[in-house]
Amino acid sequence: MKSLVLTIKQEPGQRLDLAPLVPHLLDGKLPKEIAEIEVQTTREKVTAGDIFKIRSGGVDSIRFEGGSTRLDNIGKDMKSGEIVVEGDCGKSLGRNMSGGNLVAMGDCGPCAGSAMSGGRLEIAGDAGGFLGAPLEGEMEGMTGGVLIVRGNAGERAGDRLRRGTLVIEGSARDYPGSRMIAGTLIVLGECGSLPGYLMQRGTIVLANPPELGPAFVDCGAHDLAFASVFSGLLRPESRAAARLLSRPLFRFAGDMAALGKGEIFFPV
Amino acid sequence: MRPMKRNGVRVDDSFAEAFPMRGTAILITAPNRRWARQAAATMTGFATSVIGCGAEAGIDCERPSKSTPDGRPGVRVLMFAMSSDTLQTQLVDRAGQCVLTSPGSACFADLDGADRLPIGDSLRYFGDGWQVSKKFGDRHFWRIPVMDGEFLCEATTGLTKKAVGGGNLLIMGATAKATMRAAELAVAAMNGIEGVILPFPGGIARSGSKVGSKYKAMMASTNDAYCPTLRGAVASNLDEDVGCVLEIVIDGLTEEAVAGAMRAGLAAIVKLGPEHGAVRVGAGNYGGKLGPFHFHLKDLLP
Repeated sequence: MKSLVLTIKQEPGQRLDLAPLVPHLLDGKLPKEIAEIEVQTTREKVTAGDIFKIRSGGVDSIRFEGGSTRLDNIGKDMKSGEIVVEGDCGKSLGRNMSGGNLVAMGDCGPCAGSAMSGGRLEIAGDAGGFLGAPLEGEMEGMTGGVLIVRGNAGERAGDRLRRGTLVIEGSARDYPGSRMIAGTLIVLGECGSLPGYLMQRGTIVLANPPELGPAFVDCGAHDLAFASVFSGLLRPESRAAARLLSRPLFRFAGDMAALGKGEIFFPV
Repeated sequence: MRPMKRNGVRVDDSFAEAFPMRGTAILITAPNRRWARQAAATMTGFATSVIGCGAEAGIDCERPSKSTPDGRPGVRVLMFAMSSDTLQTQLVDRAGQCVLTSPGSACFADLDGADRLPIGDSLRYFGDGWQVSKKFGDRHFWRIPVMDGEFLCEATTGLTKKAVGGGNLLIMGATAKATMRAAELAVAAMNGIEGVILPFPGGIARSGSKVGSKYKAMMASTNDAYCPTLRGAVASNLDEDVGCVLEIVIDGLTEEAVAGAMRAGLAAIVKLGPEHGAVRVGAGNYGGKLGPFHFHLKDLLP
């Protein structure tokens, strides 16, 4: 079945909230009804039809042709189906998503995958700060699913990560995995300072570790069955991450300034 | 009634009567084949019959490194019991005492299905708070720190309520040597069938039993009708040319797997012929009233 295609007509005059344009909310709607959905974030009313040329198709698969850093909340609360953005996105891409497949071909703003609990989010370009992190006042960041960034990620990627797997194939800026509760964070490029700052539990794997914080303690080099299993499970998503996990790894436990049951792995 | 004959081997017009069981499967991996087999053999020791062992267990097959989750050599173990509760207890006890303890081992679920039996979910407490939970997709693992590194164990494995226990063949030969030869060849053929185990020593039982006994405390006792030394003294099922009987008992995850194994075993016995092997093949049943699965030998002949 053909996808529903939304082609951006021009750069929007304000930031837009595209949260209503997800498969489960568009189910049963005619193209005319979709065009009438309001997406403005100011007092000036803007509808989907004002911004996009809409080519009808099955709402289970939505394609945005062209992007803009003003397109916020794409795939927010997504439960099923597929969304592909052939361009850049704004903030909170895939926030709170619990299922389905969301792919952004360009870059995205901060808080992508924020508090996501399931499904798959892939960002082909770079991601902003607070990847998978909770918003202000929330206790948990990402709690499930797979989040993959092919480019670089901003600061505090995986903040308060609770469950799920987050792979950054490029570099990560400072404090990746800060306050992690559990889950898995993998950084294949360069890594900013103090990874795993105040992490409680969870696993961080770094291909190029910086100097670790003083509250991480050496637990030796190991060849663990769990790393081999994760290597196999991750291979379809990221061959480089799979390669990293198939090697013997140093294990540093921490952050001893917090619970101290987390770990940072890096190659021997 | 004239018995059927194939390649000179008489085949009884009889059937094996089998019972529904609960079954499960796990995959044990280790740094090499030897230690994977060691862990599996230890776990499936003393598991010949539910009557005295709680569970019936055995090795189904070996898996090469490239087809195991952690890329190490693996052995698939099947385990069967009469109830889900017993199976659960036996699985955790045996995995805890025999796999967790075996050097370098890891333990994975190897049966799909909605019904689950906890393994790692129970064994994790051995970690004394240092155990680590790891999830990926719908798979859940526990990492338990142990003295050689970590014991990796999947949280749960599948449970099937469609397992079948008690498929069997009675192999009758003139001498112990000839009967053993036929039985060994049948075991080798049946071991090639996936989804079944032969729980008795080397797959072969020499002390088949009947239900009941003259002694009140005994639930089962020797199958006198098939004891060659009693041929003249009891209502024997043995002909004059039979001097030895060996039994192969089969448990399988499905009815089809048990039938497949019996078919393979029969074919091997028939192929060997009566001169150096079995003169007659039969199957054990209780008249057909106790077990819902009937495997008729005539349907399984080559």
